[in-house]
Amino acid sequence: MSAITEEVVDSASIAAASTKRKSLWLVALRNPNVIIGGMILLTMLVIAILAPFLGTVDPTRIDPAARNKKPGTEITYRLDDGTTMKRVAIMGTDSLGRDVYSRVLYGARVSLAVGVAVSIISVLIGMVIGLVSGYVRWADGIIMRVMDGLMAIPGILLAIALVSIWRAGLITVVFAIVVPDVPRVVRLVRSIVLTVREEPYVEGAISVGTPTWILMFRHILPNTVAPLIVQGTFLAAAAILTEAALSFLGIGIPPEIPSWGNIMAEGRTLFRVFPHNILYPGIFLALTVLAINIMGDGLRDTLDPKMSKKV
Amino acid sequence: MSTETKRPVLEVRNLSVALPKGGDRVHAVEKVSFTVNPGEIVCLVGESGSGKSVIAFTVMGLLAKALKPTSGEILLEGENILTADESRLRELRCTRMSMIFQEPMTALNPVMTCGEQIDEVLNTHTNLDAATRKAKIIAILDRVKLPEPERIYASFPHQLSGGQRQRIMIAMALVLDPVLLIADEPTTALDVTTQAEILKLVAELQAGQGTGVLFITHDFGVVAEIAHRVAVLRWGELVEMGPTEQILSRPVQAYTKMLISSVPSITPLHRGVRRDGKTVLRTEKLGKIYTGNAFFQKARVVKAAVDVDLDIRRGETLGIVGESGSGKSTVARCIARLIDPSEGKIYLGDTEIATMSARKLRPHRRRVQIVFQDPYRSMNPRITVGDFIIEGPMNFGLGREEAMARARKLMETVRLDPNALDRFPHQFSGGQRQRICIARALAMEPELLIADEAVSALDVSVQKQVLELLDEIRVRLNLAVLFITHDLRVAAQICDYVAVMSKGRVVEYGSAEQVFGSPKAEYTKALFAAAPGRHWDFGKFAA
Amino acid sequence: MIDFIARRLIAIIPVLAVVAVFVFLMLRLTPGDPAAVIAGDNATSDQIADIRNKLGLDEPIWSQFAIWIGNVLQGNFGESFFFKKTVAELIAQRVEPTLALAVCTLLFAVSISVPIGVMAAYRQGSLLDRAVMGFSVLGFSVPGFVIGYCLIYVFAIELGWLPVQGYVRIGVNFWQFLERMILPSLTLSVGFVALISRITRASVLEVLNEDYIRTARAKGLSNRVVLMRHALRNAAVPILTVIGLGIAILIGGAVVTESVFGLPGLGRLTVEAVLSRDFPTIQTVILLFSVVYVVINLLIDISYTLFDPRIRY
Repeated sequence: MSAITEEVVDSASIAAASTKRKSLWLVALRNPNVIIGGMILLTMLVIAILAPFLGTVDPTRIDPAARNKKPGTEITYRLDDGTTMKRVAIMGTDSLGRDVYSRVLYGARVSLAVGVAVSIISVLIGMVIGLVSGYVRWADGIIMRVMDGLMAIPGILLAIALVSIWRAGLITVVFAIVVPDVPRVVRLVRSIVLTVREEPYVEGAISVGTPTWILMFRHILPNTVAPLIVQGTFLAAAAILTEAALSFLGIGIPPEIPSWGNIMAEGRTLFRVFPHNILYPGIFLALTVLAINIMGDGLRDTLDPKMSKKV
Repeated sequence: MSTETKRPVLEVRNLSVALPKGGDRVHAVEKVSFTVNPGEIVCLVGESGSGKSVIAFTVMGLLAKALKPTSGEILLEGENILTADESRLRELRCTRMSMIFQEPMTALNPVMTCGEQIDEVLNTHTNLDAATRKAKIIAILDRVKLPEPERIYASFPHQLSGGQRQRIMIAMALVLDPVLLIADEPTTALDVTTQAEILKLVAELQAGQGTGVLFITHDFGVVAEIAHRVAVLRWGELVEMGPTEQILSRPVQAYTKMLISSVPSITPLHRGVRRDGKTVLRTEKLGKIYTGNAFFQKARVVKAAVDVDLDIRRGETLGIVGESGSGKSTVARCIARLIDPSEGKIYLGDTEIATMSARKLRPHRRRVQIVFQDPYRSMNPRITVGDFIIEGPMNFGLGREEAMARARKLMETVRLDPNALDRFPHQFSGGQRQRICIARALAMEPELLIADEAVSALDVSVQKQVLELLDEIRVRLNLAVLFITHDLRVAAQICDYVAVMSKGRVVEYGSAEQVFGSPKAEYTKALFAAAPGRHWDFGKFAA
Repeated sequence: MIDFIARRLIAIIPVLAVVAVFVFLMLRLTPGDPAAVIAGDNATSDQIADIRNKLGLDEPIWSQFAIWIGNVLQGNFGESFFFKKTVAELIAQRVEPTLALAVCTLLFAVSISVPIGVMAAYRQGSLLDRAVMGFSVLGFSVPGFVIGYCLIYVFAIELGWLPVQGYVRIGVNFWQFLERMILPSLTLSVGFVALISRITRASVLEVLNEDYIRTARAKGLSNRVVLMRHALRNAAVPILTVIGLGIAILIGGAVVTESVFGLPGLGRLTVEAVLSRDFPTIQTVILLFSVVYVVINLLIDISYTLFDPRIRY
């Protein structure tokens, strides 16, 4: 119905746009999806930061006497000064006697850190390469061939390959997830640059002699901000899932670090008897990723309506 | 004719359609009444936002969900179809009433052959067998004068030209001989020669079958060409209605008078230009060639511009006139060096800029400024009008304060409020934006101003104001202007010299009087002959 | 048409070249001596020297690449140091479960997700639409292994309807094979269905806004005909594209799913190879998966011509 609505909505949309421009971010913050997702995410963030004060014990502390306890079992701890303490393990313990509740809470730190780090790093790297690719013609061919090649390797496999070279660790895992993400950001930024540089206002700026770097920062780059925030949100969600999958397979973060993937990896062997080792971190993981995805949907609908039509 | 047959095919009574909340007015259409008789062409004419298309879509029952008819009746041969249910409307569509649309390029399904798409109509509404249907389709394709109906039947839409696609749409609409044809700006997207053919076809077919036609347009030339009666609309209300001759020559309402006065005359204005100014721009055998590449086929070469020789002196307006694909914009963009010419020379004063490197070119960029067609995409939505205007001068070393002072002056020159400099583009209308773009171009103190279809997207009343402004500035600043347009009327009013382009070449070049008065090239003659309403002299009325 | 296919074929050459260079450099860019990395932490210096010799590591890097790519093109992918077999043999052994899993998932997921996506678009804003969109966000968010274990817990442990883990070759016993395919395919389908139903909905919605849909309505066609004949065929290209891109998710998901359900496929092999730092195997698996991914997408590209007569350049 585009033609019919165009004529009528034209004046209406101009009126609406005047309120829209300035308060786009406020509109985003009023979107129910953004609110719900943001609230859950904020809760996770608080849990991650305040983990030591939420009735946890040392998540790496091994206790041979308290192995494989079901949720709700009361456990007697022998503290370093010789005294003992009774405590209910509300999520049970794992096969080394570590407290699952404490591990899950501390695990939020790893997941959120991975999500934030991966999205920021890949967006920054991807933006720079994408700008160069979209604007420097001779570089475009080479860059895009390399990006196409990287995209031809399925993401998780590329990450697995990279961890296998670099040896496991938090930082190597982050970069192993960043590498397959970068081409996606590059493509997004490049396509925006290519579209925007055809806009009459950019050509107009060229014809009044605006130097290339001002052209980039003033007229082109601002168009990438909203789509990149949206993309960054989805990358964070995917990164948390990938980290969990790598750790779950035993090729991610070293097993002594409590991450949700590691807790589940540890619980695999005795899953039939003690499903809680997989259940609790699974719920936290799914909830966190769900919150980010819901928030991402809300952000996309408000900040980047053109894209929300597409996907 | 007996009174029986004089019953109107379409009667719209007191129709109101509500706009969604938050719009700039409550109703898209308010209390509109009119009739369309058998064998009659009624034109609904109005500027953008007048609600003319909404009426057309309401009749077809194809309104967007956001728009709701709130009162009135629409009688199709006496049957109120505003209250008819969806299945009844489906029965009526294409059998009693049909519609053709503005964009023939997108109105046909790209993945079905044209024959299949017409066949769908017959298959849905009749019980004819396949062979009869095919025969009927070939017959209608022949009637809309498409060559080789058999081949067209099996063609996909993308294999046909815009005019041919519109013929397919007409064939589809008329295959079942409906009593009412609604045409929503059916020629607006077409070139002038194609437009003339389609108008002729519509008139012929409806006269032959006695079809009533509701024809939506914004172009008074088209109205003069085709309409029996005219209804003028403004902001959803019917301003005036009457026989064509009466409305065009003796309008009663002030708005109608203003609209008709704004239509540029096709007779060129004698402006008495002395060819004594300094030559600002001269092109020598300017050419632009695009090459596509293919592996197993011959590489496609598109000659967008070939051997273009032009010159413009100070205080003079040179128009380049041509249909779409004629290469007129390519020439403009080469001169502004937004694209690099493939051959030839461009002299700006004494400086040759066609082959100059980007770095060496930058100081000369100031001298040529361009105003684009689309006022909504010409301004960066994120920066204020003030920053937009001073961007250029500041690139050339002017201080912010001085540049702003210049911007304030220029806002007055283009008759806008200088205090609006801190506003954002979305707070301005299309015409106002075009003025701002002119101000920005002038801020560079250019020697040559290029207007690339700069008034084509504007309503006729706004267009007139912008044209007057451009001409006033040319005189006052003794500026050279290169004016690109497809609109012959506009060209006649603003150009001192005219170059007619076709297929990348200049086919005729001379003073406006000579080109309009006694065209020599066959192409130019055909072009002028096709201009709608060329025999009508639109009077100038005091408002 | 031939020109179009030729173009697509030529276009994948640089892509595969980049993949090959990456896979080759993977090992060479490892910090330390690649031979020592391959041999593992407990290798003797003789073993390291042996590997060094086999890989031609003393040659300049260009000729190493030439030797390697020459071998790869001849189907010689080297020898697994861990499994003590040629990599080609190893992969031939492991390919069946992965292929079976992928085919089952693809069939199941596409046959579910396209219809629900179309219905959601058709009834935009309805309860069904919101349910589909809700499910799709959920499907993106819950990791495959959590879904897998939930399914095992409910259907295999609590209800006892299906076996927990393991694989039976299709030739050995078809019913047992099918029984063991159900839960893994279901697990792997969740993310895939989420993706495809979403994209189907979006593409159909976009097409429904096109001018030719308006034309079809103006012809008096019923909604069903407009949807099925006009909208869906035009929406097919983006849907196919995403199915092609989704193969990457399928491959990644297979690695995890095979581990959860103990399927002895290529995904499981990848993990085992990484854990034992068996580089020739890792390299080959990555190369193989990438080639499969690229070729499937090439076929999808070519299939566009069936749906859209305009794509013939």
